[in-house]
Amino acid sequence: MTDLTPVLSATWDAEQSWKLGTYEEHGGYGALKKALGMPPADIIQAVKDSGLRGRGGAGFPTGMKWGFLPPDDGKPRYLVVNADESEPGTCKDIPTMLSAPHVLVEGVAITSFAIGCNHAFIYLRGEVVHVYRRLMQAVREAYEAGHLGKDIHGSGYDLDVTVHAGAGAYICGEETALLDSLEGRRGQPRLKPPFPAVEGLYARPTVVNNVESIASVPSIVDKGVDWFTSMGTERSKGMGLFSLSGHVNKPGQYEAPLGISLRELIDMAGGMRGGKELKFWTPGGSSTPLFTAEHLDTPLDYESVGAAGSMLGTRALQIFDETTCVVRAVTRWTEFYKHESCGKCTPCREGTFWLAQILERLEDGHGTDADIQQLLDTCDSILGRSFCALGDGATSCITSSVKLFREEYEAHVQQGGCPFDHSAAALFDYASAETAEEAHA
Amino acid sequence: MTYAADTLAQLEKDAAEILGRYPVRRSALLPLLHLVQSVDGYVSPDGIAFCATQVELTSAEVSAVATFYTQYKRRPNGEYQVGVCTNTLCAIMGGDEIWRRVSEHCGVGHDETTPDGKITLERLECNAACDYAPVMMVNWEFFDNMTPDRALRVVDDILEGRDVVPTRGSAKVAPFKEVSRVLAGFEDGRADEDQGIGEPTVVGLKVAREQGWEASK
Repeated sequence: MTDLTPVLSATWDAEQSWKLGTYEEHGGYGALKKALGMPPADIIQAVKDSGLRGRGGAGFPTGMKWGFLPPDDGKPRYLVVNADESEPGTCKDIPTMLSAPHVLVEGVAITSFAIGCNHAFIYLRGEVVHVYRRLMQAVREAYEAGHLGKDIHGSGYDLDVTVHAGAGAYICGEETALLDSLEGRRGQPRLKPPFPAVEGLYARPTVVNNVESIASVPSIVDKGVDWFTSMGTERSKGMGLFSLSGHVNKPGQYEAPLGISLRELIDMAGGMRGGKELKFWTPGGSSTPLFTAEHLDTPLDYESVGAAGSMLGTRALQIFDETTCVVRAVTRWTEFYKHESCGKCTPCREGTFWLAQILERLEDGHGTDADIQQLLDTCDSILGRSFCALGDGATSCITSSVKLFREEYEAHVQQGGCPFDHSAAALFDYASAETAEEAHA
Repeated sequence: MTYAADTLAQLEKDAAEILGRYPVRRSALLPLLHLVQSVDGYVSPDGIAFCATQVELTSAEVSAVATFYTQYKRRPNGEYQVGVCTNTLCAIMGGDEIWRRVSEHCGVGHDETTPDGKITLERLECNAACDYAPVMMVNWEFFDNMTPDRALRVVDDILEGRDVVPTRGSAKVAPFKEVSRVLAGFEDGRADEDQGIGEPTVVGLKVAREQGWEASK
């Protein structure tokens, strides 16, 4: 049995957990003071040694990313925090910033000091106004307390932080699209190389990290590398937020060492809704290939999930039970990718358009057996041929679901419609909701 | 531009503050577009011209940016933007039925506004609250664990001019223009308003406390 390890979430139930005072009562900004007394290179080394890997989905080692910055040439370099949390199923950064924005602000200050940045940006998706209020307040409080601004705690180090709200575009979670958006452009990805470490924001060396990655930095500085590496598996160190959603009794945020299994998490979440059978789930959001009950014991770390044919992604565990139509689920995700495709490259723009058309007719019962093969062929034309990972991600749920549930696609063709009662998958009965509405009216 | 002198003066003052946050002028464009929505209720031709002047671009260039992002509205928006999440997880947990009923009740579809100008409806993509599914957003505040009945009550409250209160967030939902001003980066003094922590947010923390689990010191 794996124990949960609340670190980032440890203060979320405290009175006014989002306030500077609360954060400081729990030791907040102690790590910043410690870091300011360290050589920046030692901080980078500590983060490298901790094995912290990007918590935004790709899992790239965070310290190594910092180490890619070219030597200081006396001109600006930037830290940009990716707070554009939008991957379907992913819901960990929003509660972090709503309940404990200062852990992010402190992480920003430490990271900026380590990489020699004097102006950091937090790019928050625009559709979460109360989170933006909390972040702006946290940054203001931090300035007032001398944790940000000029000559921070007498160190001679200056840092400004700008919290920037996006305006509704999933693609801006892709780091180079995010940079274009932050520069006031349409959020379309850039050709790499050059990578942001060399030419990022304003064509200057830039580190782009996810909220949870940056929020993990203060604890590593404060408690040490050995503490961090005591959690997790061989090559996936530390703790992470596992976000359970869907057909479990107690969905929510479970902070655990990497390597915990879904079976353990579902057990902690009070089991499956109504004792029903698990049918399929995403280990890391909608862009990661589907898993089934066969993978209940797969350790949720980067290597094990990868070896089992999917990706750990953002640990967005969307759980669907036996009442769920997989074709319906995949159709809806595909419509999402079609909507969010930025239009820059043809395979993704056209491919997601056609995928959605084919899936819609299959789900509606107007598809043919040839459509199932056409789906796979179209995915072949997108995967590896798109400009960025959005196109690749769009194919994951399709190819994995056809592989796992081909007979369900065929049943839609044979029966001329969806064999599932959609009401059965919902949390309320469609019919009784109708009655309640009549009573209400 | 046809802004009244005092409106323009305030816009210019706000724009100067926004421009001051960035080392490069053009970066101010997204918050400036939120700012003009806070005055006009959408990205108006005047607003585009104003932004273009501020960031030293053409109106065409500003339009090209504005049309990329779904939060920038090309027509006068309703006072309340009501979004029902119909991405996969929320849809399956009941969001499709909620959407059907809300849309039927309001008599408008996606990206359409009720004739009284109160509500603009939207089929939302994932809003990062999947552990509270099915979810609805009103002016970008969270309405968690919705049912058709609860959703319709929120809609009726808006249509009949009553305040609506999110499940996580401020004490009441502010109108679209006020929220747009916050999104332009201006604090409204409501950050400490709170509806209590949501159960899914702390469910893991509670389990850990019950079991006496903690990350080693």
